[in-house]
Amino acid sequence: MNTHVTSQVAEPAVREDDVVRLADVRRRFGATAALDGVSLTVRRGEFLGIIGRSGAGKSTLIRCLNGLERPDSGSIAIEGREITGLGEAELQPLRRRIGMIFQHFNLLSAKTVEENVALPLKIEGWPKAKRLARAAELIDLVGLKGKAKAYPSELSGGQKQRVGIARALAASPALLLSDEATSALDPETTRAILTLLKDINRKLGLTILLITHEMEVVRSIADRVTVLDAGRIVEEGPVWQVFATPQAQTTKSLLSGIRPQLPAHITQKLVADVTGEAILGVDIAGPAATGPLFQQLSAEFPDGYRLIHGGVDHIQEQAVGRFFIAVPAEAAARFATLAERFGAQVEVLGHVAGHA
Amino acid sequence: MSPVMLELLVRSLWETVVMTAASGVISLVFGLPLGLALVATARGGIAENLWINRVLGAVINGFRSVPFIILLVALIPVTRFIVGTSIGTWAAIVPLAIAATPYYARIAEVSLREVDRGLIEAVRAMGGNRWTIVREVLIPEALPGIVAGFTVTLVTLIGASAMAGAIGAGGLGDLAIRYGYQRFETSVMVAVVAVLIVLVCGIQWLGDRLTARLDHRG
Repeated sequence: MNTHVTSQVAEPAVREDDVVRLADVRRRFGATAALDGVSLTVRRGEFLGIIGRSGAGKSTLIRCLNGLERPDSGSIAIEGREITGLGEAELQPLRRRIGMIFQHFNLLSAKTVEENVALPLKIEGWPKAKRLARAAELIDLVGLKGKAKAYPSELSGGQKQRVGIARALAASPALLLSDEATSALDPETTRAILTLLKDINRKLGLTILLITHEMEVVRSIADRVTVLDAGRIVEEGPVWQVFATPQAQTTKSLLSGIRPQLPAHITQKLVADVTGEAILGVDIAGPAATGPLFQQLSAEFPDGYRLIHGGVDHIQEQAVGRFFIAVPAEAAARFATLAERFGAQVEVLGHVAGHA
Repeated sequence: MSPVMLELLVRSLWETVVMTAASGVISLVFGLPLGLALVATARGGIAENLWINRVLGAVINGFRSVPFIILLVALIPVTRFIVGTSIGTWAAIVPLAIAATPYYARIAEVSLREVDRGLIEAVRAMGGNRWTIVREVLIPEALPGIVAGFTVTLVTLIGASAMAGAIGAGGLGDLAIRYGYQRFETSVMVAVVAVLIVLVCGIQWLGDRLTARLDHRG
């Protein structure tokens, strides 16, 4: 497991701030280990993204948190309370502290929007007038004013998910679980729903744990990211750091869609022999990426270099730069040393005969 | 048709309606919980218990395999115990209800089983217990199918009630056989068939309308 420098996870002590604390959670389905020793902490108010390919164990993990799935071993504490030993009847009140939204919304088709939103309160035993008043507030909060009496079938996908969010918030939970909540939505609606979740996280201070297979979702809203592969956490840290310097192979491949990549026609020409030009991948992030890197390089590297591809992204208000640069083969090592002095990470990707 | 025949027709219609309605209501009252029990105890159900599920299934299949006319006769002692007599309209309700209950249980089971498991999971995730799941998810979400299935059951009961004439239950079927068939009174036969067509169409139309009103699945 690669833990980034500023990661808060390594702290073993129990903190009151911890909404979720998992220690060595294991769950097998037949011969496959869905969760293979997962330890994880989510602090109050945090927005944690858990990413992994399908089958990585994300759904099992999230379902363990509200007791819909039971681990074979390990410890799961919600707001400091161990839940692994609890029976179904004891889990029910606990689940009311945890809201959940789903990929396919899971709204009751026979109930109107307000009845759907008010259902958790009905389960809690609120009187009808009170729960409908609360439902109206939430319907307002998620931007569905005027839709209270509509049935889910009359709504668009994005509107349905808004109802799902309102319903998950109805009982004022301490934790919101999002199970691929935007995977069934188009990109524009996805952005709107993610913005809403981020707003709720900020305004209500609600702790959110989101699972997804899309890096873009994590990139745009999470504070911290945990990468899951084959039931194990392979990497975690603040989103901008993981994006800047992914360590695990799984992370790199999940990121490949949204980070600049060396253009394919150049990749095809790469050879191992040291000839012609060296192609370098340069990563720079955080405060270092806001400095005058190229100006400094130009001043101190007389051999000349060419920018092939790349750019600077901003994640969590941090600059994350990734560039592909061609330099004369014999000067590659010198360029790398120089760039590293300015805070960049340099990787020699290969060489191309002549001019790339 | 003579006024006497007309009176007979009206009385027979009433007997058919009473038999169908009474046995229909009984099959709903017992068949729906039975269907729920089948779905709940099935593998992955909210109260999984395969042993109970198999026993229930076997009993239901047993009743459903017996031809109705045999059931009618075989149940005479039971009927006599419950109603006090084994002859007449009320006596026919017992075998009709006992035949229709497992039939309706299977129809209800199909509707209940088709309820999206994600909805059950959502209500579990918000802290609902089994009873909440039954009341807020299974029954309301399956209601269009439950109503449509009840309509089918009622129409089937109208057909089955014709056989109840064999134990002197009366009704339209009995009238058609005794007058229309055995005494060659074609006009009676035609009238009975016409009344049955109207009755069946009326029930089906009502059932379809109710189903459409309840269905918000879009």
